[in-house]
Amino acid sequence: MATAAGEIGVIGGIAAKFRTCPVTALKIDLAAERLIKANAVAAVVFLAIGGVLGLLVALTRWPAVHLLDSDTFYMVLTAHGLNVLLFWIIFFEMAILYFASAVLLNCRLAAPQFAWIAFVLMVAGALLTDFTVLQGDSSVMFTSYVPLRASPNFYLGLILFAVGALIGCMVFFGTLVVAREERTYEGSVPLVTFGAIAAAVIAVFTIASGAIILIPTWLWSLGYIGHIDTLMYKLVWWGMGHSSQQINVSAHVAVWYAIAAILLGAKPLSEKVSRTAFLFYILFLQLASAHHLLVEPGLSSEWKVFNTSYALYLAVLGSLIHGMTVPGAIEAAQRRNGYVHGMFEWLRRAPWGNPAFSGMFLSLVMFGFIGGISGVVLGTEQLNIMMHNTLYVPGHFHGTVVAGTTLAFMALTYLVLPLIFRREVMWPGLAKWQPWLFGIGAGGISLFMLGAGTLGVARRHWDITFADAILSFDYPATAFLMLGLNGIFAILATVGGALYVAITVASVLFGRPVHERNALHALGPLPQRVVESGSSAQVGRHGSEGFGHLPGTYTLVAVFFVAFALYYFVNWKYLSELWPLS
Amino acid sequence: MSDTGTSEKIPFMQRVLDNPFLLLFLGVTVPATLYLVWGLVELTQIPVAE
Ligand code: HEM
Ligand SMILES: [Cu+2]
Repeated sequence: MATAAGEIGVIGGIAAKFRTCPVTALKIDLAAERLIKANAVAAVVFLAIGGVLGLLVALTRWPAVHLLDSDTFYMVLTAHGLNVLLFWIIFFEMAILYFASAVLLNCRLAAPQFAWIAFVLMVAGALLTDFTVLQGDSSVMFTSYVPLRASPNFYLGLILFAVGALIGCMVFFGTLVVAREERTYEGSVPLVTFGAIAAAVIAVFTIASGAIILIPTWLWSLGYIGHIDTLMYKLVWWGMGHSSQQINVSAHVAVWYAIAAILLGAKPLSEKVSRTAFLFYILFLQLASAHHLLVEPGLSSEWKVFNTSYALYLAVLGSLIHGMTVPGAIEAAQRRNGYVHGMFEWLRRAPWGNPAFSGMFLSLVMFGFIGGISGVVLGTEQLNIMMHNTLYVPGHFHGTVVAGTTLAFMALTYLVLPLIFRREVMWPGLAKWQPWLFGIGAGGISLFMLGAGTLGVARRHWDITFADAILSFDYPATAFLMLGLNGIFAILATVGGALYVAITVASVLFGRPVHERNALHALGPLPQRVVESGSSAQVGRHGSEGFGHLPGTYTLVAVFFVAFALYYFVNWKYLSELWPLS
Repeated sequence: MSDTGTSEKIPFMQRVLDNPFLLLFLGVTVPATLYLVWGLVELTQIPVAE
């Protein structure tokens, strides 16, 4: 590009090529930029695959459609979980790590060649596992609980993928060191980078747990190890399986802050408070892995309650803090931008026509109301028993990882396209609707799976009519209705997802190039009275806004708490009816 | 805040939060002991059926 690209910074004896971002004034290492692009593209490819598989699953669980035969259903369900939960999300997170380290710290990426090795390992691993699953003899679900045995290459692929991701995390930590040594920033790192540090820390624990369990399981599948204890497998596996979800939470919260900063110039209300909330994630979020073992015999209630109730509530406190400070930061910035009337002018006049903003805000609301509240219910030992292994569980995590994380990452993409790929977003009219279609679809599948689960419908179950079973069971008609509605909203989510993939691919390939002149315009609609141009540079800065006059945010938070308390209470009531004590 | 003078003493918690490797250490050891090790110890104490 004709702008400042090609500036060569020789720091610490190592030459790196930089360009200067016309919007954020950040210095962008071109090697980091290429890696961000590669990882983002891989992510979108796996989302496209995984999303189609999700639709097939939902259409099979819709009793009136019942699309796939049972063997194919379990194969497709296995592949769905792997492609979206691991491959889409983690590739995108690698892009975020490189962005939050090299780009936000104005620094060169440490050892880009290692980052490329990481990328190649991850691609190879993902493809190996996918092809193995498609052979049809590894339909063990992405949890692969022993003694279910997949083909050895199923585990080998996952191990390669994890090794790649670990190398990526090391490049991230290495870049932090380089930035500090070469003094590319002053004081503390920006909050978005701090959120990425939380994500990377959790990723290291996640991958270590994965290695501890998957390597022996691989050897077991090859016949070198005779026996793996099922409970031990579950315990260590969930150290990976659950913690990996917490990488997502940390990453998407960082993304919320980043989008608010870039679009609105929002500053965190308090660096101290937001960082402490991330610290709660680092310390406690991973312990909540125990909620997957709440009904296992052999583990004491002390262990269960300490790790879920106690630790989980501290981690939830972290999320509650972010849930307040993100809208709070937006409100403060918008009031600064001049939207001061009444309680909600700041929100009404926010750039809703910008898919990055609408996606981010929908993600925030649905993550809190759907994913968050249902998560606390599931994480309570006593209540868990009502929903354990029902569709309530996928209902919960489609609220967190689809309506929350996936939507947040989609929203960020609308900024990554102009800022990193330097392409205008194609079809802005359609792009405006994309987060709504996907968000409402994802919110719908979450709610209807929660509903079906509350009625006891099992997860991972091919046929709830039990047509060919010896013992049958009649679910209430409402359960069938829920699964039908789930199917309809699955179609909506798929349309939204397909639109996202199409817009992204088309913009990368055919989008109009972004130069200095059209850079701000390429970000999409911004608040009309945005104060200073250049306020997007906030994303790379450090500093607090302060808890000023934020009536709108406090009202939203109050609504959330009322909903939370009511729903929690209703579930205890429901429990008392399922298990009368008199 | 970025406008803190360099001579001023940096608060303890800020020094903790500014140290990614300390955070990495905490974020790995805390769950490794409280979740993994504690849990595994309990599992090894389950009597084995003959
Ligand atoms: C078009 C969008 C999607 C639709 C329609 C969809 C639908 C579904 C359905 C119906 C299930 C099956 C529940 C069961 O039978 O147990 C499921 C499972 C699952 N979904 Fe999705 N999903 C979508 C997107 C996603 C995304 C984006 C993610 C992750 C980021 C995700 C992660 C998962 C996981 C981890 C499972 C559990 C698999 C298992 O039980 O092994 N889904 N999905
Ligand atoms: Cu979990």
